[in-house]
Amino acid sequence: MALTRDDVLRAARLARIAIEDAEVDAVLAQLERIFGMIEEMRAVDVSGVEPMAHAQDVTLRLREDAVTEHDQHALFQSVAPRVEGGLYLVPKVIE
Amino acid sequence: MHDLTLKGLSDALAARKLSSVEATRAFLDRIKTHNATLNCFITLDEERSLAQAREADKARAAGRAGPLTGIPIAHKDIFCTKGWLSTCGSKMLSNFVSPYDAHVVERLNEAGAVTLGKTNMDEFAMGSSNETSWYGAVRNPWDAQAVPGGSSGGSAAAVAARLAPGATGTDTGGSIRQPAALTGVCGLKPTYGVCSRYGMIAFASSLDQAGPMAKSAEDLALMLNAMAGFDARDSTSLERPGEDYTRELSKDLSGLRIGLPSEFFAEGVSPDVARAVETAIARYQALGCETVEVTLPNMRLSVPVYYVLAPAEASSNLARYDGVRYGYRTPEYRDLDEMYEKTRAEGFGAEVKRRILIGTYVLSHGYYDAYYIRAQKLRRLIAQDFTEAFSKCDVIMGPTSPTTAFRLGEKAADPVQMYLSDIYTIAVNLAGLPGLSVPCGFDSRGLPVGLQIIGNYFREAQMLGIAHQYQRETDWHLRAPPEVQ
Repeated sequence: MALTRDDVLRAARLARIAIEDAEVDAVLAQLERIFGMIEEMRAVDVSGVEPMAHAQDVTLRLREDAVTEHDQHALFQSVAPRVEGGLYLVPKVIE
Repeated sequence: MHDLTLKGLSDALAARKLSSVEATRAFLDRIKTHNATLNCFITLDEERSLAQAREADKARAAGRAGPLTGIPIAHKDIFCTKGWLSTCGSKMLSNFVSPYDAHVVERLNEAGAVTLGKTNMDEFAMGSSNETSWYGAVRNPWDAQAVPGGSSGGSAAAVAARLAPGATGTDTGGSIRQPAALTGVCGLKPTYGVCSRYGMIAFASSLDQAGPMAKSAEDLALMLNAMAGFDARDSTSLERPGEDYTRELSKDLSGLRIGLPSEFFAEGVSPDVARAVETAIARYQALGCETVEVTLPNMRLSVPVYYVLAPAEASSNLARYDGVRYGYRTPEYRDLDEMYEKTRAEGFGAEVKRRILIGTYVLSHGYYDAYYIRAQKLRRLIAQDFTEAFSKCDVIMGPTSPTTAFRLGEKAADPVQMYLSDIYTIAVNLAGLPGLSVPCGFDSRGLPVGLQIIGNYFREAQMLGIAHQYQRETDWHLRAPPEVQ
């Protein structure tokens, strides 16, 4: 499988990571090497095998629909980059 | 004092030979002397630590003391620790003072332990050498030009250099066991689900597991007694009755069947490592254990499988770092998109970005089945290999890492070489099994070798007993690096 510069740019865009044009080739070379190793997965027949997500094959618990957290608004926002009037501030998205 | 095991220190505190304040001060002084060279700690807060130590001394005076009361413990900086900077080794969280405690931290605090400081680590636990930390590499106390392993490299080096009697770590693909092996300390990754992941900054949620690091197996058992336990805030935490992990420490080993997978002793393992591990196994035979040949035919695929699953989960987990609610935000931006993209480009280091890109790619439209689903299927085959092996043996043994500590910079340029350092540990995470590394000798350059003991699900107490019996016969775990004596 051959990765391209466009694959790198597309993944970076999806992941919201700015990438300089000058970096793309170096990143591509590293990823090609890693995917070369990943391709070894193709050597084994996996037909009929169930995918495994959790070692114990447990199902997720449900909890009571009850309030368990108390209001820590001010504490949690004390570590935010920009807050005003209890709201997180970001650049305007709707004109 | 600093050469005592955690158990020894606990006994000394109980006998009132010293106070927690004295012990904490002594470790803080040692950290002051050695941290400039080793770079094990990212954050220290003497006042906070000493205040906790004073509380522990008061609790003891009032007759409320357990085995961990007053014991200073260093926390890997992946654990959210209330009021402490909790950076995960990243510029992204370099200003993050946690408003809450991780479950594991909460449990250790309740047991009376003192937070000694926050230890350095590979950024977001992505690394096997501690070189990806934004706070700089940690040095191996046995050789300042060598890496301590990773990602819990700061915790491992701190215990090895006698700067802390015990430390917490996390293990996603070997991050407790590999640095434990490379620095000559003990480290246990419990069965997935035994320790809560609440407040443990997420890397790959289906693999991440917290565990203890210390000088001896007995010390690990004491720490795990406090760390383990059900927590409803982690949806994968297992609801099981509490256990005393010290209960099998004195158990006789005769008749124990040790499985030796041929894959662990194939090409790739360094001769010094193989020799030390084989000598340790001979010691077990002398203790009455039998050895059985087993095979893990799909283990060779564990590294490729891991490098699909872990980055996929990481790309999702690390999407939360957007510069809005906490952490770093780029100083200049024109719009929301640019704010996200620059914040993430500047806040994450190269290895983290690389893994986010791999994860994003393998989860993207058209590739999901070929990579992610295939990897999950192979994960099941790898787990089934262990189930099959455990039908023939009680535990599995082999090397923790194919080599001893490598030199700083030696593998930094080639990610795949670095990833292969975890070839013997990753399969254990994929299967969700418990794994333990204990010191079992040295190579020709005087660097420590780790013996890996893999148990069946929930057999931590048995594994710790197996290690403890070995440590009654040998003193590898008590050897300290000459430089820090």
